Amino acid sequence: MPIPIKDDPMVDYDPSSPQVMNAFYRRLFPYRPFFLWLNQDHAPAKLFTHREFAFTLAGDVYIRYNSFHSADDFKKELLRLNPSRFEIGPQYSARPRDRKTLAAGALQPQRRELVFDIDMTDYDEIRTCCTDKKICKRCWGYIAAAVKVLDQTLRETFGFKHLLWVYSGRRGIHCWISDSQALDLNDDQRKAIVTFLEVIKGSKEQMKKVNVRGSNGEAPLHPFLEDTLQTLKFDFARVCLEEQDCFRSERGWETLLSLLPQDRDITGTLRNLWQSDPGRSSSDKWHDLQSRVAPLEDSDQHKTFRRYQRAMQDIILQYTYPRIDSEVSKHRNHLLKSPFCIHPGTGRVCIPVNPSLVDEFDPDTVPTVGELLSQLDHLPSEEEQKGRKIEDYEHTSLKPYVEMFEKHVAAILRDTRALKVKEESMEF
Amino acid sequence: MFKPSTRHNIPAGSSSAALEVKLNKRHFSFGEQEQSSRYRHRLNFYSKPPSLDITIDEFESFAIARLRVLSYIESLSHRSLPYQQFSSTVATYLKQHLPLASNTARNVDLEAERRKDEIGHWVLRLAFCRSPDLRARFVRSEVALFKHRFETDDFVERAEFLRSLKFDWELVDETEKMSSASQLRTCLGQGKEDTFKVESWFKVPWWTVPDLVGSRRVFIKGGMAYVPQSLQLSLVLQAFAARLERALEITAKNLPRLDEDERLGPVIEHLAASFLSGIGTSDFQPSENNAAVTAEMVDDVARKHFPPCMRNLYDRLKRDSHLKHFGRLQLGLFLKGIGLPLDEAIVFWRKMYGSTMSDDKFNKEYKYNIRHGYGQEGKRTNYPPRSCQQILTQNQPGTQDTHGCPFRHFSPETLSSFLLSTYPTLDRSSNDLKEIMDSVKNSHYHLSCTRVFELTHGIKKGEGLGSGESVTHPNKWTERSRDLEK
Repeated sequence: MPIPIKDDPMVDYDPSSPQVMNAFYRRLFPYRPFFLWLNQDHAPAKLFTHREFAFTLAGDVYIRYNSFHSADDFKKELLRLNPSRFEIGPQYSARPRDRKTLAAGALQPQRRELVFDIDMTDYDEIRTCCTDKKICKRCWGYIAAAVKVLDQTLRETFGFKHLLWVYSGRRGIHCWISDSQALDLNDDQRKAIVTFLEVIKGSKEQMKKVNVRGSNGEAPLHPFLEDTLQTLKFDFARVCLEEQDCFRSERGWETLLSLLPQDRDITGTLRNLWQSDPGRSSSDKWHDLQSRVAPLEDSDQHKTFRRYQRAMQDIILQYTYPRIDSEVSKHRNHLLKSPFCIHPGTGRVCIPVNPSLVDEFDPDTVPTVGELLSQLDHLPSEEEQKGRKIEDYEHTSLKPYVEMFEKHVAAILRDTRALKVKEESMEF
Repeated sequence: MFKPSTRHNIPAGSSSAALEVKLNKRHFSFGEQEQSSRYRHRLNFYSKPPSLDITIDEFESFAIARLRVLSYIESLSHRSLPYQQFSSTVATYLKQHLPLASNTARNVDLEAERRKDEIGHWVLRLAFCRSPDLRARFVRSEVALFKHRFETDDFVERAEFLRSLKFDWELVDETEKMSSASQLRTCLGQGKEDTFKVESWFKVPWWTVPDLVGSRRVFIKGGMAYVPQSLQLSLVLQAFAARLERALEITAKNLPRLDEDERLGPVIEHLAASFLSGIGTSDFQPSENNAAVTAEMVDDVARKHFPPCMRNLYDRLKRDSHLKHFGRLQLGLFLKGIGLPLDEAIVFWRKMYGSTMSDDKFNKEYKYNIRHGYGQEGKRTNYPPRSCQQILTQNQPGTQDTHGCPFRHFSPETLSSFLLSTYPTLDRSSNDLKEIMDSVKNSHYHLSCTRVFELTHGIKKGEGLGSGESVTHPNKWTERSRDLEK
């Protein structure tokens, strides 16, 4: 039975309330593009029907291995179960829902979008504005830098085209790559690309987390890191030196000094200088460092210069290079929260993010389920609407995001269609 | 039954130095005639199943010989030996159990050797196609074996063999080489101008050479990896592995329909089983004579008998009332190994999380995992405690993690201060600490750990856990330590 939200003054659109979620799934969730995005075709294919969906219900009940015959089938079940969120897995060798009737080992993950997950937690040691679950526009700078670099590398180096960046609803971002080559990657190949991309390594107990210059620490950077560094230089200046002011506190600049070659002439004098002037900003400190290193270049201390230059590049990488959660990307059977879910804690919709505008993105302006539903309360009545049937979402601030998603999906479909035509013509 | 010699099979042109391995389709001559022998090359991609008569005895003994070699290679590869040593050890072992001589070898029955090699391979395929896990391990060991043989193969014969495989790799032309010169040169390493000039590259989709991608040894652009000739081996191995994997999957699918001779079934079953049991060597088997540990006792045992990795986790847990997932796993399974029963484990963890966690949260989110570790949930596997090798190589700790091996995953400064504060008997200024840190620098983590054991237990250097055995499992440390106390 539909719940008459409009007439019920008691509903305060709390995302943890089942009525609110139900209204969202009933009226706003973009089923059509969602189905096409996963299925990559109009008729239900294995990419959808053999795909695992996992639902989280109220009270932390977790149901895995759901699968559906069609988009309608999916919608019906979503409305019935009314999950607080749901996750998407791979296409299996059989329908996941039939797994109990299958022989042991017959349910194997086969195809899956290549996914990446970047989470603010991994930045906790280098952000100064917020901690724990909080996120603000300032710490988003780290995520923005990460998105730019990863997007550039995935496109230019690896040649992927269909990247969908999705805000995770609180303090992270996901990337879904739908190119057919990406879907076909096996776990070893996924692991290879992750190892290639992973630069920040080492546990809490390790200061220096960037080791990308071979075993002697002097090999030249891989060309892709050289390119990356050019992009990150600016983000480092803006995010770490200005916004976060990473080296203002004593702990901050001591970390900086510990990452440099230990040389009394330079680090020693810097330590003295900074101790005597506690208010010195990060930009000033970075400048102090640069002005002491630069003169060495043309002197007989060229070797020392090179060592410092490498260390400074590594610092830029350590502070701004994407910190990806590698486990998520390595295995096809890893589940990842779906786009357009509602984050149960914040009520924000997991909307697509345009990577070229990621600097302007502000997590605080992302529509919440509450806002969307109250926008629906002020709908023009049926008589006022003329012409074609207008979908509910078009009356809300969700509209631009759904449109962005549809555009992304249309591009994928164009490519799969072209691929199919090619395959068919090869058969004759 | 065997031809006495196959020496007449040496390719006629082999002496006329076809020294460059050029793999371009156009260069192949298709006129080569199938020679009388099945085995023209020492190396084999095993693409066509043999159709010949063999005795049931050969069926089994050839397979066992090969199985022995594969298990040996597998266990060697877990011991992180320097590559040179690995290679020479394998060579000696192979010579004894599965020799395979080059075409130019004298006084060797090449046909017999190669026949044995081929049959062994095909029988093992039947045994190992059954589960994805077995398939993966089989492919891994077969690839290692093939790699070893490929590297030791005669230069000319290898070129000949590669040509017979007719790979279709795209060669990077000179204009493209020049336009990406600086990137290509960087990835080539050791930047000698001459090497760069004579080197040529193949262009292949990046996912066909995952190992080179993972180690950032190739330049990649637009999804294509630029593989220099010098790294051609990767391409060949990848092709070998990919073909074998595909073939095994097909075999697996058809296996139930195979009209299997009932004499062969048991043999095949037995082969698969013995491969599986072969790896158990570094696993820890709890001995019966150690008394059970209760939740109360853990603290005391920890202070006296925990190895550094577990001390670190335990101290962290005490301090933070929390551990991240892999930390819980590493410590939890270890505690199981020292004899902490399931119900005591639940008491222990509940106590350690303390008041920071509600009972409700604990029961919902943590109890399941503890029970899972004891084989009481999910697929009910009774997971063994992690060995050093697993701790060193699997699930590398991320930026917020505390699990892993202190010797490997701490920076040197943190490690030495951790050791000094944890084991008061260690002396900062002594030579011992320096020695420990030196072993760490050379990546001999187990030696460092063993040395710490010796020093903290007043044992003579070199004695280790008894008769020179080094620490290979955290539980072995604890077991020995508790024995010594008695």
